Amino acid sequence: MASKFTVSNRTGWLMAGPAVLLIAGFVILPFFLAFAFSFTNQRLISPNPTEFVGMSNYRQLLGVTMVTLEPVRDDAGAVVMKDGAPEYPSLRALTRNNPDRPELAGMREWFSFSLGGEDRTYVLARDVVFMKAIVNTFIFVLIVAPVQAALALGLALLINQRLRGINVFRAIYFMPVVVSIVVVSLLWRLIYDGQSGLLNNLLGAISFGMIEPVNWLGNPSTALGSIIAMSIWQAVGFHMVIWLSGLQTISPTLYEAAAIEGASKWQVFRYITWPGLRNTAILILIVITMQAFGLFAQIDVMTNGGPLDSTQTIVFQAIERGYGKQDISGGSAISVILFVIVLSISLIQRWLTREKT
Amino acid sequence: MKMFTLAASAAILAWGSAAQAQQTLSMWYHGAGNEVESKIINQIIADFNASQADWKVELQSFPQAAYNDSVVAGALAGNLPDILDVDGPVMPNWAWAGYMQPLQIDEAKIEAFLPGPKGYWDGKLYSIGLWDAAVALVTRQAYLDELGLRTPTLEQPWTKDEFMAALDAAKASGKFEYAFDPGMAWTGEWYPYAFSPFLQSFGGDIVDRTTYKTAEGALNGDAAMAFGEWWQGLFKNGYAPATQDPADRDGGFAAGKYAFSWNGNWAALNTLKAFPDTVFLPSPDFGNGPKIGAASWQFGISASSKYPEGASAFIEFALQDKYLADFSNGIGLIPATKTAAAMTENYKDGGPMAVFFGLTEAQALVRPVTPGYVVQAKVFEKALADIANGADVASTLDAATDEINADIEKNGGYGH
Repeated sequence: MASKFTVSNRTGWLMAGPAVLLIAGFVILPFFLAFAFSFTNQRLISPNPTEFVGMSNYRQLLGVTMVTLEPVRDDAGAVVMKDGAPEYPSLRALTRNNPDRPELAGMREWFSFSLGGEDRTYVLARDVVFMKAIVNTFIFVLIVAPVQAALALGLALLINQRLRGINVFRAIYFMPVVVSIVVVSLLWRLIYDGQSGLLNNLLGAISFGMIEPVNWLGNPSTALGSIIAMSIWQAVGFHMVIWLSGLQTISPTLYEAAAIEGASKWQVFRYITWPGLRNTAILILIVITMQAFGLFAQIDVMTNGGPLDSTQTIVFQAIERGYGKQDISGGSAISVILFVIVLSISLIQRWLTREKT
Repeated sequence: MKMFTLAASAAILAWGSAAQAQQTLSMWYHGAGNEVESKIINQIIADFNASQADWKVELQSFPQAAYNDSVVAGALAGNLPDILDVDGPVMPNWAWAGYMQPLQIDEAKIEAFLPGPKGYWDGKLYSIGLWDAAVALVTRQAYLDELGLRTPTLEQPWTKDEFMAALDAAKASGKFEYAFDPGMAWTGEWYPYAFSPFLQSFGGDIVDRTTYKTAEGALNGDAAMAFGEWWQGLFKNGYAPATQDPADRDGGFAAGKYAFSWNGNWAALNTLKAFPDTVFLPSPDFGNGPKIGAASWQFGISASSKYPEGASAFIEFALQDKYLADFSNGIGLIPATKTAAAMTENYKDGGPMAVFFGLTEAQALVRPVTPGYVVQAKVFEKALADIANGADVASTLDAATDEINADIEKNGGYGH
């Protein structure tokens, strides 16, 4: 006797078939290939045979170490001051052609700190750009996920009303989602233009010229923030629609009961709307987190990771290395690292939002 | 039935002999979207197809931005055309990777060519270009007169001090938004093409050309550090904008925003239209001789082509002076021979852009001839952008050196 799984679902399998094949061919297979390549020296184009190199790609990407340096002292033993701060020995002399510390060769300063006292601790990374990419990606996710989810909920509450012409507003909020992200990025590059951009003109006009033009994308301290703001705006409509569908599954009788009980607006939201949106909230949080980790197109179009690596991201680095620098193995290793990060975060989110019994 | 078989075999025979009579050669070209360029290349193909009965070239054009990716994808899929065009500095990469085979053309035919358009790798000619491109320091005679500056010549270019004094004078005049426009908006190949000659004039290089095995000492030696400090100073001291709007790059000089612009011959015609007194000055000498980049797009034959003799015949056919002149007249490129230059509007003796021909002859230096150039160009571009944005010069150049060395090592020395 054939099982229910194989017989009754034959039509189901037929329908799912094309998607299963495509996903297997274009997502699952490449993932296993990337995993395998990350342990080799595979190049995009090369006549050399591919060799197994073990963990070397991962060591190259993730190598971090710390050195603590004492300040330079003059003959009398006093600390030499330079520009009002103690001077430290040059890191370059320590990390380049230094037979005493061969393990530091090729490492660069990522950042440094001082735990009181005169000594200064330097954190050296083998791949500073990748470290910055990880930090930027996490900043992006940590800001985008809550802000975008909250804004989308606000918009969903606003348009979840029976008003004349409400569909016009729904369409307007949804519009950026339909436009290609590449086009949106190109437009925002014009908006953020350092000299004559729309944003600078607008700020200048409302402040009567008090606000000087800011080079939004050309300044390391504003570039990532500008991309965050634009990314939140672009995808907020998509999540608004998901919130909206969640809102519309909440039974109207609950609201009627609340009205009869004389509940305030806040109480209605707190005790009826929010609990009713629980599963939607989990979905939205996971979707935004995953999308945010994939940040690439905006970077590629607007900044190319610059200025001064302030907008490097993990996916941008994976593609830049894999294709731009023909280093498939390095790009694959980055993809595997990203997979591990996203998987662990999703598991943590699942665990935090589990049904408590 | 018998009749049918007969007819069928007759048809097959006829088809077979026709195929033998005329073999189709496929060709890829990077100029899709440029009408003038398409017209010229189509004319050459039509002339070639009509000139003999053995070969028939069929063209497929790609947009330039997607061309290199298409060739790499085509090669990975085992699907390259017979004839392809290739950007000069990229050629060694493709030749080394086994995408291309040496040309079978008579070297006597290219004797008179400028050095830039000749693509040699491993001692063999893999590609040949109908044109070269050159970069000059663009300014107006009126600016030179007003600022009281000596007009530099090929024999006596500006020294570094003279160049910086010129920038100082332009800055002090207060007439310009910036004294110098290096073209920071043109990210990509422009950076190594236009700016690595500055580094070479300082005495450094992207990679050590004696061995091509390391960048140590070339990209992070004393000369390179001096170059890096000078480069950073251009932006820190307000001579040049570190970030630039693409529109300013295209129209800024014509709008009078910049006193000097570092720009190529392809933009020269428009500049001349804006200011008839535009002059194209040779690159300054930063101590190790004045340098500009060389080599542009060139023709080659794919390794998988079954008919290299046919492909070579086409390329040899295209090397006629009249076609060199056509390309030059059509899109402003520098013809590869003096005789072709004499046939053009702009590059003949006394022509408005003849100075570029002299510049290429006197100052041109090809970018490092190594398969690793593709990666080195990207590393160099990022290093220069970072230094312009204020990154520490020594540590940025060290990092670039390490990255280039790691890449050379990963590739087993790139066959040098």
